[in-house]
Amino acid sequence: MKAVYMIIRRISKSKIGMIAFVIFISWLIVAIFQPFLRPYSPTAYHIADRFSSPSLQYPFGTDRYGRDVFSRVLAGSTTVFLIASAATSIGLILGTAIGVSAGYFGGSIDELLMRFVDILMSFPDLLFAMLIISMFGPSLFGVVFVIGLVFTPRVARLVRSAALDLRHKGFVEAAQVRGESSFYIMAGEIFPNVLGPLGVEGAVRFGYAIFMSASLGFLGLGVQPPTPDWGLMMSEAKKYLTVAPWMVIFPALAIASIIVSVNILGDIIRQLENGDL
Amino acid sequence: MVHYLIRRLLFMIVALFIASVIIFAITSVLPGDVAQMILGQNVTPQALHALRQKLGLDKPVYVRYLEWIGSALHGNLGTSLSIPGVRISWLLVTRGENTLFLAFFAGLFLIPTSLGFGIVAGLKEGSWVDNLISSVGLIAISLPEFVSGLLLITLFSVWLRVLPATSSIDLHHNLFSQFPKLVLPILTVSFVIFGYILRMARVSVIEVSRADYIRTAILKGLPRRRVIISHIVHNALLPSITVIAMNMGWMMGGLVVTETVFAFPGLGRLLLFALKQRDIPLLQATILTVGAIYLFLNLLADITYGFLNPQVRYNE
Repeated sequence: MKAVYMIIRRISKSKIGMIAFVIFISWLIVAIFQPFLRPYSPTAYHIADRFSSPSLQYPFGTDRYGRDVFSRVLAGSTTVFLIASAATSIGLILGTAIGVSAGYFGGSIDELLMRFVDILMSFPDLLFAMLIISMFGPSLFGVVFVIGLVFTPRVARLVRSAALDLRHKGFVEAAQVRGESSFYIMAGEIFPNVLGPLGVEGAVRFGYAIFMSASLGFLGLGVQPPTPDWGLMMSEAKKYLTVAPWMVIFPALAIASIIVSVNILGDIIRQLENGDL
Repeated sequence: MVHYLIRRLLFMIVALFIASVIIFAITSVLPGDVAQMILGQNVTPQALHALRQKLGLDKPVYVRYLEWIGSALHGNLGTSLSIPGVRISWLLVTRGENTLFLAFFAGLFLIPTSLGFGIVAGLKEGSWVDNLISSVGLIAISLPEFVSGLLLITLFSVWLRVLPATSSIDLHHNLFSQFPKLVLPILTVSFVIFGYILRMARVSVIEVSRADYIRTAILKGLPRRRVIISHIVHNALLPSITVIAMNMGWMMGGLVVTETVFAFPGLGRLLLFALKQRDIPLLQATILTVGAIYLFLNLLADITYGFLNPQVRYNE
């Protein structure tokens, strides 16, 4: 809790940080309450009003089926938060498990786990994601799993180096002398001490998860139509750029505003952790 | 240095081998095999069985892997399933040329500009110039390629009508006249990496400026220009080179998205096409090629880094 308080205090000191914080929280509120906020169903067709430009009736205009772009953008925010938080959690959990074990046990277990991590990292992120998705076919679950898997080796590296430093600390050796199990030492002694760097990594990863899920959605490898997803909406909108540019511009602004604000907050949290304020 | 080179080269070969095994394993468990793809869904089990036998799909996986990698090493990658009669090697060469062309110009544009802006921002830390450049850098790393690409198209192709929105280039025709088609894809694929290198260069300059030996150099009375050029910039460039190398992998992914946005006939779009068409031989060959290019570029970056940073050599 103290960490959260410090982060908020640090953010409130910078004007840009405050703006980013407000944008992020607004999106979070929209993502939770959008079923009550949006004027139409995101999948409702208004065929008579297709390709309408922005107006009072349709604030962000309509698409080729006459679906309200405003409602779809709002509904898409839920998809964004669900994918990004689930994927980041998977990456953090798997990465921590691998990193703590490698750092604590050392020796051949460390060697084995780290070579595995090296191989995972030797593929470019998006290509790796495409390869895995080709296995399962595009789906919501696939995107979450694959982004988590891309994050795993990076998190593992980070946690391992933190755990290596802790291995010979007095409180770990004391626990070993007490005869505690390896699992207890890793979960009860080492894990709480890597939470700081892990939190920073989580914030940075969260922004990147949104980036990557949007890109996969755009490539048609993420959630499938008619689910409202910002990346997917923009790939459909690409064909109608000359007749209905609002179909591109509003989802684009949505993606940009959320990733920029997450990255600004991530930068602040990282500076706080590094202690250079 | 020779030892270092040999080690890196061996690592690359091992990595490529492991990558080929993984690629083959993953694409082999895809639902529906090549025989099913050729014959379609409405087919008798007998016909399917006969074709599987003819294509050698009834053999054990490791035999099929060895046959595949063996003919790939001889340059024979087979023919595409979804574009009948087209040799995969031909597709890879023509599309690969286009992608390398795009990537080369993107690098030529983005490396000097990002380093330049990053260094200027770092030297003027805290000023309005720094704030402006840093904000651009932050926005650059935050915009996925399809967002910046589509916004650029909206601005330059739809509203201003000065640049084309698609870029079906042909390298064997007059390149000069085709250059306008490349401007937007180059900007798009560069943007994110531009931001990362800029931020890294800025932070390195700031860190180096605070080092003791810089203070010594200033107190010694060296001219400011000399301190900046031969001490600060020189030392700050090293970490930036690592970031440039790391971002090559990023560029591979960025190219897939950028090529899709601009309908650019390159390797990235070929890969996506193969994946969506479930053209397994084409998919395997394309991923392997892209992986090989990536590892090779990484090797080049490591060698450059080794030349520039004596510590790497001594540690080996």
